[in-house]
Amino acid sequence: MIAHAIFFYTFSIIAVVSAIMVTASKNTVHSVFFLILDFISISCLFIMIGAEFLGMIMLIVYVGAVAVLFLFVVMMLNVAQQKNQWFTGQATSKHIPVGLIISTLIFFEIIIVIGGWKYKPEIFDINNSLASTSVSNTHSLGQVLYTDYIHVFQISGMILLVAMVGAIVLTFRQRSGVKKQSYIKQISRERAEGVEVLEVQSNKGVKIDD
Amino acid sequence: MTEIGLGHYLTLGAVIFSIGIIGIFLNRKNIIVILMSIELILLAVNINLVAFSIYLGDLAGQVFTLFILTVAAAEAAIGLAIIVVYFRNSGTIRVEEIDKLKG
Repeated sequence: MIAHAIFFYTFSIIAVVSAIMVTASKNTVHSVFFLILDFISISCLFIMIGAEFLGMIMLIVYVGAVAVLFLFVVMMLNVAQQKNQWFTGQATSKHIPVGLIISTLIFFEIIIVIGGWKYKPEIFDINNSLASTSVSNTHSLGQVLYTDYIHVFQISGMILLVAMVGAIVLTFRQRSGVKKQSYIKQISRERAEGVEVLEVQSNKGVKIDD
Repeated sequence: MTEIGLGHYLTLGAVIFSIGIIGIFLNRKNIIVILMSIELILLAVNINLVAFSIYLGDLAGQVFTLFILTVAAAEAAIGLAIIVVYFRNSGTIRVEEIDKLKG
């Protein structure tokens, strides 16, 4: 149990510090890297608590896809070196107390709710029904995901499809003056407009006009 | 102190959630950092769901975490596409210069 505590505090301190650095870092590329570090430490926490499938999926989806997408956009837009004037600019100064007050309020509200859970220990009577089963976390997750939640699963697939189509449609750009293949012109070509049969007389040759 | 319970994980989720909200409010740099703050908020929600799922012995929380992952990935893709299009049209994504809607 002491090892559990040590690992929890290590990973959660790394996660909180890197979350602060995501918002406070001057360079956007550094923010993306701290976001990756945050996701890695949180997925370590997930694996430690027993949700190993979700931890691995977090690694694959966030570190492998989303963070690389962020990094790609930051590099492509060349906004990495824009300096932020957090506490220096005049026009920004009214946002800082409002943001701090609102986030502190939300934090203490959540803490009050957590306190309510903490002092109601009979809510944990059905504890460890997951850990006592012999099947692994991935196995049991798959057993409910493809049976009870199959419709939600398919709807999430549709969401991904719509997101993919939407991203392509948004960033698609028709450039002028670029030669491209026209598939419809290629496949609708007839023999009559492509090939011409000539009677070639001897010693005369054929005149080709391009 | 050494007994790690549900409250510890929920507190971690609350801290990361609040940091995400601070990031949205205090950001003057560019919209990409705001998108990253939204990812932090979704991560905090995931921590809460997984902690409840483990400590209550109910798998529904982990299933919903999967769906939140899906929606977060879709949201990141669409948001970054919108940012790319906006940058192409206006040449900047600084937060204080995006005032076309006079919001």
